Amino acid sequence: MKYEEITSQATAEWADMTGGRVPLIRIGTAMCGHAAGAFRVLKVLQKYLDSKGLEANIQEVGCLGLCYAEPLLDIKKPGKSRLFFNNVTPEEIEYIVDEYLIHDGYPKEKVFGYIGEEGPVNGEDSLESMPGLKLQNRIALRNAGHISPHDINQYIANGGYAGLYKALTDLSPSEVIDEVKNSGLRGRGGAAFPTGVKWSFLVGSPGPTKYILCNCEEGDPGAYNDKGILESDPHTLLEGLAIAGYATGASNGIVFIRHGHDGPIERTEKAIEQAYALGLIGNNILGTDFNFDIEVALTGESYVAGEETALMEAVEGKRAMPRFRPPFPAAFGVWGKPSNINNVKSLSYAPEIISKGADWFSSIGVNQSTGTAIVCLSGDVNRPGLYEVPMGLTLGEVIDDLGGGVIDNRQLKLLQTGGPLGGVLGPDSKDIHIDFDEMRSAGAIFGSGGIIVGSDRVCAVDLTRVLVAFCQFESCGKCFPCRLGMEHLLEIVERISDCASKPGDMDLMKSIGGTMEAGSLCGHGQLGFGPIRSAITHFEEDFRLHIEENRCPTGSCDRPKIVPKNTRPYATDHIAGE
Amino acid sequence: MTTDKDNLRTRIQQAIQAQKRPTITVLSSLLAIQDSIGYIPEIAIEEVAVHSNTSINSVFGVASFYPNFRFTPPGEHSVEVCWGPTCHLKGATEILESVLEKLGLDSEGDTDDGKVSFRFNTCLGACSQAPVISVNHELYGNANPNIVPNLLGSLYEKENLHQ
Repeated sequence: MKYEEITSQATAEWADMTGGRVPLIRIGTAMCGHAAGAFRVLKVLQKYLDSKGLEANIQEVGCLGLCYAEPLLDIKKPGKSRLFFNNVTPEEIEYIVDEYLIHDGYPKEKVFGYIGEEGPVNGEDSLESMPGLKLQNRIALRNAGHISPHDINQYIANGGYAGLYKALTDLSPSEVIDEVKNSGLRGRGGAAFPTGVKWSFLVGSPGPTKYILCNCEEGDPGAYNDKGILESDPHTLLEGLAIAGYATGASNGIVFIRHGHDGPIERTEKAIEQAYALGLIGNNILGTDFNFDIEVALTGESYVAGEETALMEAVEGKRAMPRFRPPFPAAFGVWGKPSNINNVKSLSYAPEIISKGADWFSSIGVNQSTGTAIVCLSGDVNRPGLYEVPMGLTLGEVIDDLGGGVIDNRQLKLLQTGGPLGGVLGPDSKDIHIDFDEMRSAGAIFGSGGIIVGSDRVCAVDLTRVLVAFCQFESCGKCFPCRLGMEHLLEIVERISDCASKPGDMDLMKSIGGTMEAGSLCGHGQLGFGPIRSAITHFEEDFRLHIEENRCPTGSCDRPKIVPKNTRPYATDHIAGE
Repeated sequence: MTTDKDNLRTRIQQAIQAQKRPTITVLSSLLAIQDSIGYIPEIAIEEVAVHSNTSINSVFGVASFYPNFRFTPPGEHSVEVCWGPTCHLKGATEILESVLEKLGLDSEGDTDDGKVSFRFNTCLGACSQAPVISVNHELYGNANPNIVPNLLGSLYEKENLHQ
């Protein structure tokens, strides 16, 4: 089908859906909505509408970013704005439906705000004027919460696949790479390497089979933005992948997701199917001679599978253990073919960069960090959420303005950023800007975007123990500095937490950390001492109290320590006899 | 016994054959078997080795690496509690204590009556709703220890047993 035909059909469907005679009900069912009970609400809603014989168009959408307000439901009556209801419980459905749809009234007890050109329904505030949305600048998440991830036409009606169409018809592959280079886009997986430069590595590699791998392993506790994109708007990733494929001359794209994350897996696979059906991926895309296939591959549970060479091992169906480099993936990647590995977020920016241009993207952000940061704010804040904000905001603005400050009027004590291997920052870190380089020089990393807030009820030793336990649990075991080092570090941190440390423990940890940094094969071991180093830098007092005064300042360490017992399970003892 | 084993072998072969994704590997076959049967029986290791033209050793090497594989039949219900840093800060320890007490377990494992399998999860992906429990893959966010008895108790009620 021609691009014009595809878009005109999609636009007509969208106009019919949003302006039709039937009320349009949207409910957020991404991971945050799911955990808040959105599916239980949805079930009751459907049943209640049926029982009343009410006609309505119910659409599941992704995450608007305001996770604290989930389950978030909105109703758009013909000619009216979208009226939002927050923290909806199954019991409240009857009230909302009766009041707003049956009696044509106004369920003011549950109203959260409105979004729409038609203005307020009955004097309520605009959601877009609240800090949670006002401070956001949503690029990768531009459609999240607005369109259904299950319907490609909703994506197309909102400008979807225009970037791919422009790339294929107006730009040469090298012009696409220049555009991405000029945009200043840096990889959002943690390393912050310039995406355009990375793509250019693959261009010269011999074909015809070349892979673009998209990493959605996302084992980082505290980060759920990759899954958020796939659940809210999977097509933006597919379009980005296809653009990367065109730019680099790749033939195949593989989206790599952790087994068990059913929402992202199902939505991505459905999206792939729909894109094939419209000829937006596959052979002769949009009538050109560009061919590109996309598939989903699953990994088992393994944090290290997010490391690029371990990821390739897992795609090949092996243990997710890192490879030696060189050879580098651009020369010898998955199945020995040239490969390029990108994070979901990095690829999801590509469609808008191509549509709106490199200058537009690079005008957002600061210094060498252009574009937006997709922050997963969680922990002791009033308004945890998935916020896409311009790079350059301070951590203080994120916590206070977006997050609504620390819970229960407590004091901010620590921030854990960049995943478990990142680092912790102290309460004096509010002035630090979200900027890859500034955060690195402050001893933390922005990483994949997780920011965990700890109030003064949190003990730094206790949190460090959990971070180290995680890193130890997830060590793949291939190289000994990491395998043994993490285990030894955990033993010492547990000892300190139990107020039973031995003389010289602090120096011993530093020495082990030095060996891990120097001798480990991949980032897991090289950065594995990071959580401890940053904790003892910023929270020396917490450690001193455990070591010298035998007490935990908050009492957190006095609780039982319940963590998994093994690293990788040694399953030989448990195999079923037959 | 032989028929049971043959039956199991057929189900394993069907699970391997029914994979829809284009790339079939040792890992993808093992995941398909786990999804279909709930665990990796010993003969599944053989079947995957034959199908992928590799050794039993290599297949078991993969199966034993990823902690989501189990080698004994699972309980009727699955319960997972997240112990990631956000959930930890928000009270996962108290939830874990409550869950373990209710199930009569010390750590990961199956209840004596075989009804419930309990696992730790490193991140259920809903940190903004921490702490999070998953019961039969349905997530319950902003959890507290007080909801645990009802949530787990409902697994033992008659009407829920065969859902």
